[in-house]
Amino acid sequence: MQSRNNTVSELLMKLFRRQIFIPIAALLLLALFNLIADPSFFKITLGTNSAGDPVLSGYLITILDYGSELAILAIGMTLVTAASGGQDISVGAAIAISGSVVLRVLCGSNSRPETLQAPIIVAFLVSCLVAMAFGAFNGTLVAYFKIQPMVATLILFTAGRSIAAWINNNELPIISEPSFGYFGGFIPGIPIPTPVFIAVACMIITALTLRFTNLGLYCQAVGINDKSSRLNGLNPAFIKFLTYVILGLCVAVAGLIKVSRLSSINYSVIAKDIEMDAILAVALGGNALSGGKFNMTASILGAYVIQFLTTTLYKFNVQSDALSAYKAVVVIALVVLSAPIVREKLTALKNSLKKQPAAKEVA
Amino acid sequence: MREGAILEMRGICKSFPGVRALQNVDFTLCEGEIHALMGENGAGKSTLIKVLTGVYPKDSGQIFLKGYQKAAVIRSPQDAQNMGISTVYQEITLCPNLSVAENMYIGRTKGFVQNWKAINAKADQVLKSLDIPATATQQLASCSIAVQQMVAIARAVDMDCKVLILDEPTSSLDEQEVEKLFRLMRDLQKKGVGIIFVTHFLDQVYEVCDKITVLRDGKLVGEYAIKDLPRVQLVSKMLGKELDDLSDIQSESETYTAEDAEDAIFETENLASTEGIKPFDFYIRKGEVTGFTGLLGSGRSECVRAIFGADKITSGTVKKHGKPVKISHPIDAMRLGIGYLPEDRKRDGIIGDLSVRENIILALQVMKGFFKPFTKAEANAFAEQYIKLLDIKTASADTPIKSLSGGNQQKCILARWLLTHPEYLILDEPTRGIDVGTKIDIQKLVLKLASEGMSITFISSETDEMLRTCSRLVVMRDRKVVGELSGEELTQTMIMNTIAGGEAKQCSPETIQ
Ligand SMILES: Nc1ncnc2c1ncn2[C@@H]1O[C@H](COP(=O)(O)OP(=O)(O)OP(=O)(O)O)[C@@H](O)[C@H]1O
Ligand SMILES: [Mg+2]
Repeated sequence: MQSRNNTVSELLMKLFRRQIFIPIAALLLLALFNLIADPSFFKITLGTNSAGDPVLSGYLITILDYGSELAILAIGMTLVTAASGGQDISVGAAIAISGSVVLRVLCGSNSRPETLQAPIIVAFLVSCLVAMAFGAFNGTLVAYFKIQPMVATLILFTAGRSIAAWINNNELPIISEPSFGYFGGFIPGIPIPTPVFIAVACMIITALTLRFTNLGLYCQAVGINDKSSRLNGLNPAFIKFLTYVILGLCVAVAGLIKVSRLSSINYSVIAKDIEMDAILAVALGGNALSGGKFNMTASILGAYVIQFLTTTLYKFNVQSDALSAYKAVVVIALVVLSAPIVREKLTALKNSLKKQPAAKEVA
Repeated sequence: MREGAILEMRGICKSFPGVRALQNVDFTLCEGEIHALMGENGAGKSTLIKVLTGVYPKDSGQIFLKGYQKAAVIRSPQDAQNMGISTVYQEITLCPNLSVAENMYIGRTKGFVQNWKAINAKADQVLKSLDIPATATQQLASCSIAVQQMVAIARAVDMDCKVLILDEPTSSLDEQEVEKLFRLMRDLQKKGVGIIFVTHFLDQVYEVCDKITVLRDGKLVGEYAIKDLPRVQLVSKMLGKELDDLSDIQSESETYTAEDAEDAIFETENLASTEGIKPFDFYIRKGEVTGFTGLLGSGRSECVRAIFGADKITSGTVKKHGKPVKISHPIDAMRLGIGYLPEDRKRDGIIGDLSVRENIILALQVMKGFFKPFTKAEANAFAEQYIKLLDIKTASADTPIKSLSGGNQQKCILARWLLTHPEYLILDEPTRGIDVGTKIDIQKLVLKLASEGMSITFISSETDEMLRTCSRLVVMRDRKVVGELSGEELTQTMIMNTIAGGEAKQCSPETIQ
């Protein structure tokens, strides 16, 4: 019994020390809370939507669905954070731009076209190029002009939404073609929301890239010590630059999902505050915001934790303008709990608690 | 407490995941004594000091200080400082982007309003009294590591302390500066300050210390008065075995002899970099061991950095086998078969948070290419091979390199470059912070590699180390090559004279166009 207890607690200790412990624990905590408050949270039902196609619905599906953009952004943000030791705060604005580009290409000169003026894939590829170009702009400022990432990306953060509006001459294009809605909704016949598939595809590509290239090693090395990375033959500036371009690609994918959900765009609201959520996802994943080592899985889990939290708050009818306040409280609690100092203290406390009974036995 | 003791540590234990760094260690420091703390790399010296100064919490044990009734509670370096313990840690812990004066007085001034003018003046005075070539307002990062080291010492000494701890303070200093430091230590000793001195230089121990405490593998071996412990015994106490004979290492290594040994493999012509060295010519043959020597700041490191492309080249060319090659980044040099172990381990060598394994394979991995990562098994095999070969003390290959002891970090960086199997290996202070036993192993390794055909440039502040390994020495003064010695001329006095400029011999015709 004793030994069994020990191995279980050892296992827990091991998990506790792992970085991924924080997002997992947060997820479990949120799940537990919902289970107690209202078990119907976990109900998933198969229904039909207005077009008569089968769709799954339920809060869990909502989390997976709406967490997609955040998870995709978290991938790029993790790399940027690791390599450059800073964050890109312009991703929300960049999503507005790339979404606007998609619509512009699809609509051509008419803002309410009857038929699409270009294939969706072309529109998406153009938006990828544009988003990567803006990523390259940020990357150049950070990597080659050595400007603080926060300051460098502030430029696009401020100007981005105006640029997005300018791309469509300040009009609000609406796409009536139903197939465009598939990317942010459902493909007829498939009951799972498409963004989930897109997010999974991104994760698989990321996993393969990290597995079959040295991207992870290089980003971490550069983020930890760029002087010695250079002496090991790396080009630190280029690697930092590259991470911003990759984040640009993530932005384009997230932008496509966002505009597809509405089949339209609202320049000032689309992907609002998403940069903060993406940065939080990285932090919740236990990654140091000052760069260096990262854990991609933990970041992605962190993104879903945030979406879980948002959805939970919505469910309890928290006003959307009060949402950020509630979120802040929970996030502070999670971040403090995950801080190394607090964890060390907790470990020490646990050890001393364990020792005391043992000492008593001896006495 | 023992009579006259000002510091006593009893039964100190400290474990890190996978390592028991200190096991039941006792240590006593008396008033007005210089006490050497000796042991191999990874023996636990720095850990003992960090436990004493509150950097790490101890697992068990007690610390007593003179003037306190109960066991002292030291939770942070700040506490230690307040109790009169001032410390120079092994890795320089100053802030490179602050000025020299700010570094010297940070954390010691009271109140919010500072009179920086007065502080700068005071700092300048201290710097001057210690003969440190730096000004108060200079940014610390712009000083060489030796000067940074001296600033750290100045900071510690300037505090009114009862206990002074110096963890390998001399590893980057040259002889004059070491002399200066010793004078300073003796002055403090007369005032009754107790000094703990960690070093791997036996000469220095026998020059200034009164007592020696030896640690081995985290355990206390014993405390000895200096006169009771001759050198040979000290070494065997540290290693737990007898040391190989130093004197015969040159003779047992054969020199590389092949027909192509006569041609220079690498040559430089009028090479100069942004670091302010005068254009220099240099060549190295296959299987040859050469050295650069000179005082600190004479530009010996800058020369090799220029060859490797570590600094920006402003003029001149590098030739391989007589053909000019372009080296504008380190990667170019690496592709041409050059390896470079940098002088400043913390700044230019280790990638602190990465594991020992990743640190070892990094250079080879970069050369192999972005799209061809080593498999886990391959990487592990490489790491294990070199951990064994160089006897690196680490809990596992997964341990972050920053948690290794200083000497073991150095060995990892050495392993990194050996793994790339370079044709030409540049070693800038490879034995810095390395214990006596391993130092000899490294020198032997250098000679062995050379006998297998590798060309090596070896730089060391210890002249006898260079004399033992190098067959040709380039002498530098004031960022200029002032002479070249080989064969019979390779003697301590000859080197000294050339450095001082007494009998400055002209470079041989081969090296001057
Ligand atoms: N922060 C840490 N985390 C994990 N292990 C550590 C840490 N610091 C030290 N160690 C381990 O403790 C042991 C003792 O290290 P320590 O730095 O005290 O050696 P040292 O005697 O100072 O050696 P050196 O002469 O190389 O400086 C080593 O095996 C080292 O790997
Ligand atoms: Mg040490």
